[in-house]
Amino acid sequence: MTDVLAGRDEAQMIASILAGNSQVFHELIRPYERSVYVMALSLLQNEADAEDTAQEAFLKAFRSLASFRAEAKFSTWLISITLNEARSRLRRKNTVKMESLDEPQDEQGHISPALLRDWREIPSEAVERQEVRGLLQQAIAGLPPIYREIFLLRDVEELSIDESAKALGITVAAVKVRLHRARLMLQKKLAPQLKQINPKKRRWLPWS
Amino acid sequence: MVIECKHVWDHISGYLDGTLDPEVLAVVQKHLEHCELCSAILDSTRNILILTADERVFELPLGYSERLHARLEAEMQSIVPKKPDGG
Ligand SMILES: [Zn+2]
Repeated sequence: MTDVLAGRDEAQMIASILAGNSQVFHELIRPYERSVYVMALSLLQNEADAEDTAQEAFLKAFRSLASFRAEAKFSTWLISITLNEARSRLRRKNTVKMESLDEPQDEQGHISPALLRDWREIPSEAVERQEVRGLLQQAIAGLPPIYREIFLLRDVEELSIDESAKALGITVAAVKVRLHRARLMLQKKLAPQLKQINPKKRRWLPWS
Repeated sequence: MVIECKHVWDHISGYLDGTLDPEVLAVVQKHLEHCELCSAILDSTRNILILTADERVFELPLGYSERLHARLEAEMQSIVPKKPDGG
């Protein structure tokens, strides 16, 4: 998550909310609106469900704010709530599919990366292109749920390995194994696709 | 000590996170110095993780924030964010 939070005293804001100034909650969550939605969308793969889940997650956070422990980061706590909301919605929607989430199949197997001799750096501006965004979204959506979860927590929401382990209720060792597999799966899928987009042939427009 | 490419691949994630043991790190680093294949795999993985983490990958639905705050406003009125024994 972003570091534009300098100067915010979240502990103070939370204390104020608990003292009855519930309006402060609007301000408290503003930096996290995007993260919560992206997390929900990536897990649920449906915009309407994701938006509703995001709202539910924020409401749940408000309701249980008194149980928030100051030793954790508020953002991490919020992402854990979102993960659980998204999981229970998935469970309600599709009980059969859910089993694959709890029972990883073949976690020992090795993943081989896509083999390349050279890699030409793709600049971040490339994500301004719909074509590139589509490839990235599809690759994330294509990860099996247990790998998608750890990838989102660690590489998108930037939780630490320990925080991710706590949020998922798994060991640190399991986090490392799953994360490794998730990352290699993404490399395997995306490296050949992104190599094709060949930025040198295109003119780079000054997107705003 | 020499290490095969496929064993280097097992350490890519740990390498990116900086969680490798010093001995393993030294071996991997030495391999990367002369292996184009593993270097390209590492570079592409790092590059891909930067791209997938970019905020612009996912767009927020129009009006998302407004609807969120409106719902919070409507529902927070009837919620007291305290523990049951909080008084
Ligand atoms: Zn090699």
